[in-house]
Amino acid sequence: MKHEIFEKNTILLAIGILITISIGGLVQIVPLYFIDSTIEKVDGVRPYSPLELAGRNIYVREGCYLCHSQQIRPFRDEVERYGHYSLAAESMYDHPFQWGSKRTGPDLARVGGKYSNAWHVAHLIRPQDVVPESVMPMYKFLSEKELSFNDAGAHLSALRAAGDPYTDEQIAQAASDFATQAMGDAGEGDTDELLTRYPKAVIGDFDGNPEKITEMDALVAYLQMLGTLVDFTTYKPEGDMAR
Amino acid sequence: MNQATTATGASEVVYNEDVVRKFILAATFWGVIGFIVGTFIAFQLAFPALNLGLEWTTFGRVRPVHTSAVIFAFGGSIMFATSFYVVQRTCRAPLFGGRLLANLIFWGYQLFIVTAALGYVLGVTQGKEYAEPEWYADLLLTVVWVAYLVAFAGTLMTRRVSHIYVANWFYLAFIITVAVLHLGNNITLPVILFGGESFVKSYIWASGVQDAMTQWWYGHNAVGFFLTAGFLGLMYYFVPKQAERPVYSYRLSIIHFWALVFLYIWAGPHHLHYTSLPDWTQTLGMTFSIMLWMPSWGGMINGLMTLSGAWEKLRTDPVLRFLIASIAFYGMSTFEGPAMSIKAVNGLSHYTDWTIGHVHSGALGWVAFVSFGAMYYLIPKLWNRTRLYSLRLVTYHFWIATIGIVLYITAMWISGIMQGLMWRAYDDLGFLQYSFIESVEAMHPYYVIRACGGVLFVLGSLIMVWNFIKTIQGDLRTEDEFVAPQSAAAE
Repeated sequence: MKHEIFEKNTILLAIGILITISIGGLVQIVPLYFIDSTIEKVDGVRPYSPLELAGRNIYVREGCYLCHSQQIRPFRDEVERYGHYSLAAESMYDHPFQWGSKRTGPDLARVGGKYSNAWHVAHLIRPQDVVPESVMPMYKFLSEKELSFNDAGAHLSALRAAGDPYTDEQIAQAASDFATQAMGDAGEGDTDELLTRYPKAVIGDFDGNPEKITEMDALVAYLQMLGTLVDFTTYKPEGDMAR
Repeated sequence: MNQATTATGASEVVYNEDVVRKFILAATFWGVIGFIVGTFIAFQLAFPALNLGLEWTTFGRVRPVHTSAVIFAFGGSIMFATSFYVVQRTCRAPLFGGRLLANLIFWGYQLFIVTAALGYVLGVTQGKEYAEPEWYADLLLTVVWVAYLVAFAGTLMTRRVSHIYVANWFYLAFIITVAVLHLGNNITLPVILFGGESFVKSYIWASGVQDAMTQWWYGHNAVGFFLTAGFLGLMYYFVPKQAERPVYSYRLSIIHFWALVFLYIWAGPHHLHYTSLPDWTQTLGMTFSIMLWMPSWGGMINGLMTLSGAWEKLRTDPVLRFLIASIAFYGMSTFEGPAMSIKAVNGLSHYTDWTIGHVHSGALGWVAFVSFGAMYYLIPKLWNRTRLYSLRLVTYHFWIATIGIVLYITAMWISGIMQGLMWRAYDDLGFLQYSFIESVEAMHPYYVIRACGGVLFVLGSLIMVWNFIKTIQGDLRTEDEFVAPQSAAAE
């Protein structure tokens, strides 16, 4: 074939380019939606509670992913340092994913439950107070910013449109669940109902200030649930990862 | 460049140089801003007090300002400027769409940059690397990009020469592919459509593993098409022009063009080695990344060998030196890239500063240097000056910036490999030898060296700005010409 036909016809050249660049992406992306083994079948993974979601939105807003990964690779050192390697299922409700590409700080995929709420708050206010060599910025402003999430239902509806299995009940109760999780029994909501809707949700006043709900409350609530949903004492890997 | 055979009265064509001038000035401005912001965040990593304790100045918010400023604002403006300059001349046709479309593209693109950057500082981001702008900025960019395609392809279709010159193949591939990537990676659901209060917030439609794959399909090809294919188009015009030599091999340009655009798209999964992405996808990504070495070096060889018979010009022409050094850096980073895509190597390099060093050997050494070469070529032409104000200053810029790059990438090699090794080190008793924070502490000297490299790069760019200002003012510095030394054997 003579290359001349591309060199003399803009439309043919454009179509040729379009076809050539489409193949790789189609082959690599489309099957991920249809091959069943792409996401493991595991118990425990659920969509985010409204407070966790608000915290996650703050995590995204502050660009935490630029220095912290949320993806533990199946290496001996990573598993010992951070915990069980990450499963695809664990980020299946992450819009967007936050696996990250750089570890200026440590991986956070399983940071949930490793430190106390008080530690997280102190660390976020001034990281160098608890880890003197840290190069992390101070996030004191989070504890000063009051947070309301009156339109939490709209956020959950958007996520349902993207495929997350939020129920009508969860959407209807979103704003009150938000407050209940941050206030605990001191609030007006029923924490048992919250736990039915969002099993394993960490409840309570996170930032040590029960007067108001702050961005600090939400971010710590998110950090405290990271990597905690799957029970790895009962998890059995399938396929290649099974030993 | 053998257009002479198909010339059809080029003197009658009035080229739109106004838009080229505007984009060159914008590129100069955004380039300096992007380099300064990059150096600032480099210092933040060495001295965290520089985060200033304010929400708007934390590393997490400013880093996207740096990446977008250098890639999209600086690199993008260079692409617009050079593609519009090249397509008009190699087609012997004025820019399609006239001044109105050109101005729409220029001001629309500047508005996009400012909108996106303001958003980052205020905390508006999609949380996807190099695709941080939220949905409304994405829509604005889509409109501008369609206008760009119309102006560029329209000029190709109204050309008065029979063949489409090779530089334009690359520019066209860059425009089309970036459009596809942008649309594919930014499918998002604004909460305002669901009754939410926030105008700016949206959720990406894809999630988890599929979103990861889509993101790095986009992310790697932002490198592959924005920073490589487009800039190869630039190379194919400006290197032969400045060297006054024809492109080395026409056949090689055909082969490496199609191979490059086909293979690059597959390379994304090498950003996701050993993650929850299925193994088959990772293996495909690695395989194609290694194959990509060949068309990359095809481009390098075609660029470097264009100097056949004119190598002595490197001694006397610092502008050509920028262009040729950029191709050498291109060759180096496109060798390093495939090496890092091998899973065993990536297991060490991923998540470390090695990646950052690799990106910068490409971004500073290749993209910025080849752009500087084109800018030094264009400025006197666009403002009708006989020559640059000073070639000596170009030399200073070249060496200061080169030393800056070398400091940067060597510091990142050492810190990256050290990080990777410290994370996996075990002591005699079988315990992890280092806590994470010990690896952070060990990085400090290298972060300082890296930031100093950045300072040199900024300094070089300020010398360039001074040279541009004086050139545009019409000043000519009185200075000795560069004379090639004569070897003893010569006559």
